[in-house]
Amino acid sequence: MAHELPKLPYAFDALEPHVDARTMEIHHGKHHAAYVHNLNAALEKHPELQGRSLESLLADLSKVPEDIRTAVRNNGGGHWNHSLFWQWMAPKSPGKPVGAVAKAIDAAFGGFDAFKEQFGKAAVGRFGSGWAWLCVKDGQLCVCSSPNQDNPTMKGVADCVGAPVLGLDVWEHAYYLKYQNRRADYIAAWWNVVNWEKVESLYVAAR
Amino acid sequence: MSAFSLPPLPWPDNALEPHISARTIGFHYGKHHQTYVDNLNKLVAGTPLAALALEDIVKQTAGQADKAGVFNNAAQVWNHTFFWNSMKPNGGGRPAGKLAKAIDESFGSFDAFKTAFTDAALTQFGSGWAWLIAEGGKLKVVKTPNADTPLARGQKALLTCDVWEHAYYLNYQNRRKDFVAVFLDKLANWEFAVKQL
Repeated sequence: MAHELPKLPYAFDALEPHVDARTMEIHHGKHHAAYVHNLNAALEKHPELQGRSLESLLADLSKVPEDIRTAVRNNGGGHWNHSLFWQWMAPKSPGKPVGAVAKAIDAAFGGFDAFKEQFGKAAVGRFGSGWAWLCVKDGQLCVCSSPNQDNPTMKGVADCVGAPVLGLDVWEHAYYLKYQNRRADYIAAWWNVVNWEKVESLYVAAR
Repeated sequence: MSAFSLPPLPWPDNALEPHISARTIGFHYGKHHQTYVDNLNKLVAGTPLAALALEDIVKQTAGQADKAGVFNNAAQVWNHTFFWNSMKPNGGGRPAGKLAKAIDESFGSFDAFKTAFTDAALTQFGSGWAWLIAEGGKLKVVKTPNADTPLARGQKALLTCDVWEHAYYLNYQNRRKDFVAVFLDKLANWEFAVKQL
């Protein structure tokens, strides 16, 4: 079965003013849709892969046939990352971590502000296009970033490997219409729409 | 020691309208390019690199993991200046003279060159650049990721199109293809390219 563009879990304008409706519409309806389309086009060349989950393809890209490996890495990564990214945001954010992950962030980073600083540094410091991540690795929380549409589930590809519990898209398409060159302002605003309940459920499953 | 400075644009900021807006140029030149210049100055201040020409900094820091910050900013300063020169109002279309001949010889035809250049620009995944270069007596099309540049690869750049999203997002959003077509049809500065030969 072909991979499908997931429905956005809220209206395009639900994250205003932090993430604007026009950005959401193009980001979901054009960029994410293109990753899904291109992933399906690549997999059409290898019908034997069409029953495989996206997770299993990304977890071991070395087993994906070479002629479509880069396409699966880029477009499969783009599909996976964006599918989670929409869920990592919510119109009604608690504004700070909740539950077990709140305690784990305090323990790992010395507080929410210290964590935000470290995560923000990873996000600002990612040169070019990419993502910043909060991951669970060997039971511990850690912050890292990856280029383009790579992510920490791509073993053997990503520099940082782990189970992502929170990710931030820092491709310019994620913020340019509203923030232009001011990536740091986008990051500061984004904390207002983080869906910490989703982060908590992923953390509890991954720890 | 004299610091690096932002070179002036070769045309007014609204000269490429309607293809590239003054607003895009305002951010791209006034913020992005300026920031690369500022970052480079900060990174080389008080180091031996501050005494070098921009081109030499790019060549000397290429591929050195511990100099990635310097390389990224220096190369982006150079790439952007080259990009501004690669465009002009009422540009685009076909080159004339010896460049037209060299393109025909290397690619088979101008249309084949256009296809190769467009393909490079569209398949550079993420941020980067598409280039027409000269290497070994032949013209070629190459793409480079992020700040990477033919200057660091011993290749002679003739023309470039910036395909970082910031180059086109305010005007074209996700439609990089439309931007690249406009670059080739309306903006490419072939007089500049031929001077690099």
